[in-house]
Amino acid sequence: MKSTIRRYVKLLLISGSTLIFSGAAFAGESHLTMGTVLEPPHLDPTAGAAAAIDEVVYANVFEGLTRINQNAEVLPALAKSWDISADGLTYTFHLQNGVIFHDGATFDSSDVVFSLERAAAENSTNAQKALFAPIASVKAQGPSTVVVALKTPKGNFLFNMGWGDAVIVDPLSAGSNKSKPIGTGPFTFKRWVRGDRIELGQNANYWGVKPALKSATFKIIPDPAAAVAALMAGDVDAFANFPAPEMAAQFQSDSRFIVKVGSTEGETILSTNNLQKPFDDLRVRQAIAHALNSQEIIDGAMFGFGTPIGTHFAPHHAAYVDLTGTYPHDPQKARQLLADAGFPGGFKATLKLPPPSYARRGGEIIAAQLSKVGIKLEIIPVEWAQWLDQIFKNKDFDLTIVSHTEPMDIGIYTRPTYYFQYRNPGFNAVIKSLNVTSNPKRRYALMGAAQAILAKDAVNGFLFQLAKLGIWNKNVSGLWENSPVQANDLTGVSWKN
Amino acid sequence: MTIFLVKRFFALLITLLVASLIIFLLLEILPGDPASIILGVGAQEDTLTALRAEMGLNLSAPERYFRWIAGVLTGDFGRSYTYDTPVSSLILERLSLSLPLAFLAISLSTLLAIPFGVLAAANHKHFSDTGIMGFAQLGVAVPNFWFAILLILFFSVKLGWFSAGGFAGWEMGLGAALKSLVLPAVSLALPQAAILARVTRSAVLETVREDFVRTARAKGLSRNSALWRHAVRNALIPVVTILGLQLSFLLAGTIIIENVFYLPGLGRLLFQAIAQRDLVVVKNIVILLAATVVVVNFLVDMFYLALDPRLRDDTHE
Repeated sequence: MKSTIRRYVKLLLISGSTLIFSGAAFAGESHLTMGTVLEPPHLDPTAGAAAAIDEVVYANVFEGLTRINQNAEVLPALAKSWDISADGLTYTFHLQNGVIFHDGATFDSSDVVFSLERAAAENSTNAQKALFAPIASVKAQGPSTVVVALKTPKGNFLFNMGWGDAVIVDPLSAGSNKSKPIGTGPFTFKRWVRGDRIELGQNANYWGVKPALKSATFKIIPDPAAAVAALMAGDVDAFANFPAPEMAAQFQSDSRFIVKVGSTEGETILSTNNLQKPFDDLRVRQAIAHALNSQEIIDGAMFGFGTPIGTHFAPHHAAYVDLTGTYPHDPQKARQLLADAGFPGGFKATLKLPPPSYARRGGEIIAAQLSKVGIKLEIIPVEWAQWLDQIFKNKDFDLTIVSHTEPMDIGIYTRPTYYFQYRNPGFNAVIKSLNVTSNPKRRYALMGAAQAILAKDAVNGFLFQLAKLGIWNKNVSGLWENSPVQANDLTGVSWKN
Repeated sequence: MTIFLVKRFFALLITLLVASLIIFLLLEILPGDPASIILGVGAQEDTLTALRAEMGLNLSAPERYFRWIAGVLTGDFGRSYTYDTPVSSLILERLSLSLPLAFLAISLSTLLAIPFGVLAAANHKHFSDTGIMGFAQLGVAVPNFWFAILLILFFSVKLGWFSAGGFAGWEMGLGAALKSLVLPAVSLALPQAAILARVTRSAVLETVREDFVRTARAKGLSRNSALWRHAVRNALIPVVTILGLQLSFLLAGTIIIENVFYLPGLGRLLFQAIAQRDLVVVKNIVILLAATVVVVNFLVDMFYLALDPRLRDDTHE
């Protein structure tokens, strides 16, 4: 009996050890494995809002008329140049020649007309349809010129055409881009092992400068602890949006890695239901602003990564005005304002928190800060689906925390039915004149005025700009440090020997 | 025996029908609109309506239920809202990982648990019994995800023998695919093996005291033969019951391990689909899992028949 067992144990050990072969790492000078937290639902950037789509295909697989670089500048892409009429209503785009799609189809002006008309159409499922609303008509003038007429001047039209939602697709492959994306970019889609990875290959017929990388893999790793292990074990070369800020210090002290803290377009705010009592009272909102301590939230919830903001505008933008001092942290003042508004003993309210850690962790700290001035918050965790339904659609909330990641989105404050329900005709007038102004200096002045109104009205609790924490192998260069649009542009990435 | 089988089979069908109704009703009352999740916060109302119509969400509830059941019966599971691919191919892709992983884990767990459990019982109150049960106690107490992280730290980060996670895929070769399943299978198998070993030990301990084992020994069978041919065989009923439960768990209950090793398994697909309100995927996976549990239970019943002759006699029904 005992010897049988002994033999059996030996057998188990031997068969176990034969399974262990030495791991030959995929070391390539021209291949990059990028870790990413969220898996895209599909790969068509013109039919979904998920940032994870653009994070794979933007600038790599698909290209638009213009493109945005990591400093938020508008660069030519499929349009090599453009002319704007004096009244700002007509844009004439001159297209690149000799461009072909990955399936061999030729790119010309008809594809541009098709793509823009499709995005603006009645039955369009483009998540950013509003970008195309100013377009009156799109006409081809010969194969390499497109004339776009606008209904009203739109100062940031060229920037908008650089969004992932405005990429140019081919009529023949537009329907199947979700599972087999066909674009004009330097990388071709190779395959997608759902739940695990997306592989890109080289586009040998690329019209522009060929990137140093010949192939790339996006590896989907949702768990922060697994992300740490994957980087440490060398399974991934880079994590452009690293999900575990608490582990950043460990990587900073490890010479194998580079840690880069950049900025994003994510204004993280304590969204306030401006029509809901008592938040319709300016004094109550001011009291909340005085009660909040942004730096404490950044340190506690984001491990120090993030920049305090005083209004709904990205600090890295040239037109940014620092308004963080509008309502400085002052609990005494906050209690006074609450008493003036008729709440000497404070009041009770709810705080609904979506899943991201900035909300869940930040919410606890905010609840503690507001309780010091008498506002007792009941924390209700919700998942995204519930958040969209209860808060965004049905406006059934007092307070919530969310990061608004769309670039240059101050215009959402003009929408009376937007979920925080802010209504100020004075603000709307400023944005209206901004839309019809193209002189950069005038535009900056108007943007400054708009920022000041929002700060003064304490529309929402303006907390901080979300940081972009990137960690990658020290031999990798050319990855974006900032993300003005949500993208992992691999065209400039290379390995140092 | 036939009556037993027919009864069990009808119970199986009714269970599945009730399960399908419950799944459908639960998803009906689940808050959240799939269209607004896909299109995000910038979407306009007309865009949402267009997408809802495209997904068939404008039909009445009974109509959608019967379409779903009819589809399932004809092998058509519909298309995923988010992935826009047939649900059947999504599930098959995930099963190509989850089934082999479950099989590896259950084999490893059985191969470890039964011999060690029997060994512990045979050496009751001796050193090897205490040792094995000590380890088993530890195995029951240690959560498998924590054990998994330790395995990764040691074998992937420190030694570099395995990758820290991910699934190479079968098209990369049998070796590469199996290699990426080793650590997950071990971390799933050991805690289960610990439970199974304890069950085996106590079941065997109970049967060795029975009269028929003594009779077998009196007939001249050696201690080993009496143990394996009579005691162990009779002890297998509780063991098989536990194995059935563990197998059902392994097919979809492994989401935490799948997250730790970022494996594209069925559990993660289900979790993701719930978060994104991809209800087509959710209801089909859940009904599939319900069917698996029911079928595994049915098979366990069959095993009882094979193991226990008394059940084969219809007069006992």
